[in-house]
Amino acid sequence: MYVSHLSLLDFRSYASVDVELEPGPNAFVGRNGQGKTNLVEAIGYVATLGSHRVASDGPLVRAGAERAIVRTRIVRGDRASTVELEITPGRANRARVNRGQPGRPRDVLGILRTVLFAPEDLALVKGDPDGRRRLLDQLVVQLLPRAAGLLGDYERVVKQRSALLKSLRGLRASGRTPDLSTLEVWDAKAAQLGAEVLAMRLQLVQALRPHVAAAYEQVSDADGAAELGYRSSLEAFSADGAASDAAGGLLPDDVAVAPPSAAVLEQALVVAMAAARPQEVERGVSLVGPHRDDLVLTLGGLPAKGYASHGESWSFALALRLASFRLLGGGGVGTGEGTPETFWDPDLGTDADPVLVLDDVFAELDVRRRERLAELVAPARQVLVTAAVPDDVPAGLMAARFDVTTGEVARAV
Amino acid sequence: MYEGAVQDLIDELGRLPGVGPKSAQRIAFHLLAADATDVRRLVDALTEVKARVRFCEVCGNVAESERCRICADPRRSDEVVCVVEEPKDVVAIERTREFRGKYHVLGGAINPIENVGPDDLRVKELMSRLADGVVQEVILATDPNVEGEATATYLARLIGPMGVTVSRLASGLPVGGDLEYADEVTLGRAFEGRRVVGR
Ligand SMILES: Nc1ncnc2c1ncn2[C@@H]1O[C@H](COP(=O)(O)OP(=O)(O)OP(=O)(O)O)[C@@H](O)[C@H]1O
Ligand SMILES: [Mg+2]
Ligand SMILES: [Zn+2]
Repeated sequence: MYVSHLSLLDFRSYASVDVELEPGPNAFVGRNGQGKTNLVEAIGYVATLGSHRVASDGPLVRAGAERAIVRTRIVRGDRASTVELEITPGRANRARVNRGQPGRPRDVLGILRTVLFAPEDLALVKGDPDGRRRLLDQLVVQLLPRAAGLLGDYERVVKQRSALLKSLRGLRASGRTPDLSTLEVWDAKAAQLGAEVLAMRLQLVQALRPHVAAAYEQVSDADGAAELGYRSSLEAFSADGAASDAAGGLLPDDVAVAPPSAAVLEQALVVAMAAARPQEVERGVSLVGPHRDDLVLTLGGLPAKGYASHGESWSFALALRLASFRLLGGGGVGTGEGTPETFWDPDLGTDADPVLVLDDVFAELDVRRRERLAELVAPARQVLVTAAVPDDVPAGLMAARFDVTTGEVARAV
Repeated sequence: MYEGAVQDLIDELGRLPGVGPKSAQRIAFHLLAADATDVRRLVDALTEVKARVRFCEVCGNVAESERCRICADPRRSDEVVCVVEEPKDVVAIERTREFRGKYHVLGGAINPIENVGPDDLRVKELMSRLADGVVQEVILATDPNVEGEATATYLARLIGPMGVTVSRLASGLPVGGDLEYADEVTLGRAFEGRRVVGR
């Protein structure tokens, strides 16, 4: 698939802009702060309904304006769709597909798929678990748009449960015995939804593993194999019984063996939450569930975080993004092979390449990684590259060039 | 800032739900420009609603006397009670013409973030309504979102042991939404397809 047209109204620094894009490589060049990232951020928003830079919609609307509009035309095979999103902070956003009735933004998920490389990706390897959890969850939603509702509900349940734990702690501190009957209700919801989230994450990690190993070999000098593991918060609270069984074998070493089902995981979560309860009430925090888990990256058997060199960390970050690209059907790889049943998509075979976005990454890489990455991404259906200076765009990715100057985008000839 | 009375009006309007400062200003100047009789009608409506309308002693719905129109209707069955969050949900369900029993309005849903627990809802009133054994079925029609689901589960656990059938509206309602936004057909179908969750 590729984006053939992007138009923005009051989005970030743009009052109004229209850009015709080409399939294949497109380069956006301009000095710092001219609006290159703003352009690709808009495209990413259409794919994920979120920004890769900010958690809330507020900053996306041009200062002084009330709402932003992002309109894109997406070509996949011989079909074209237009997707229009109206972003109004503090109110429900609206979406329109092919000029139909305005509807819920969620309905546009799945029409455009993107994989974004950004300088911040280094934090996937070196940073906190929340970035890695976000990587997994965003990938789940791109593979399975209806999972967005599940993830949203789980997050809400955890927030409600944590608020309740805090007030229980308050009650206890003032010498009263808290009534735990509503906590039991939230426990049940958290275990049920958490198990579904966990099951999906495990299947995803399982499917991602071979792609990450292969991609790491391609971008690096391939000393030491890159591996993925999953550390569940279940493990800390599963001294006995069902929980320890499930936690011990969450991710089988053999890729062909399926991880545990949601039903098994729900049982394990129920047991672990019971074990964690005294601590939870004491601290006023939800301690068990996928919101406390981590994706573990290892290089030659050692954890990448804390051990890998700067260059190795970059290779790993790139490998994670390339693996995402392939799992989403990129490069003709993901068409079924290794994709778990849950994520099977009948359309995957048709022009499936997600749009690759490389925001300012080449400037971060040494010459060799730069060349390797350029070679690996050049054949994709569409690649959008941003750079402050033309020299930072590898020659093979310069096919269509756009000059970006404050609020304007011009096709260079 | 405007002079005294105008600013007072803007401030009062701005306190209403869903009315921001800009809308408050617009409404205030609309009223200033309007006919005195039109404004009088609005004032009367406001005074009336506060003087005449209260909450039904039985079900918690809005009422013009001790009991609401629905609780006072002898043609409706006392054996089935439909539990909803707000009076507006009663209106939505009544539109479907699917339901011939009585209602119980909780006045919200369990929501720890906003510090709303069972004691802040009309849960005790519901339990005492069930005590005499007349009610055979309780239909839980709280909103199809996280808080509504949690409230339904809480009530099902509480009511189940009393020997009353507890059912929940069928899925198919727009998930994550408000009951009042469901169209009549969808809501009617959810009613017909309700499933038993406790007895
Ligand atoms: N909501 C907004 N309203 C107006 N201007 C904004 C808004 N959000 C961001 N900007 C402006 O957009 C500019 C940043 O744009 P962007 O991040 O796309 O730059 P860039 O071209 O990618 O630069 P760099 O090369 O440094 O990455 C800043 O000047 C910022 O002030
Ligand atoms: Mg930038
Ligand atoms: Zn009544």
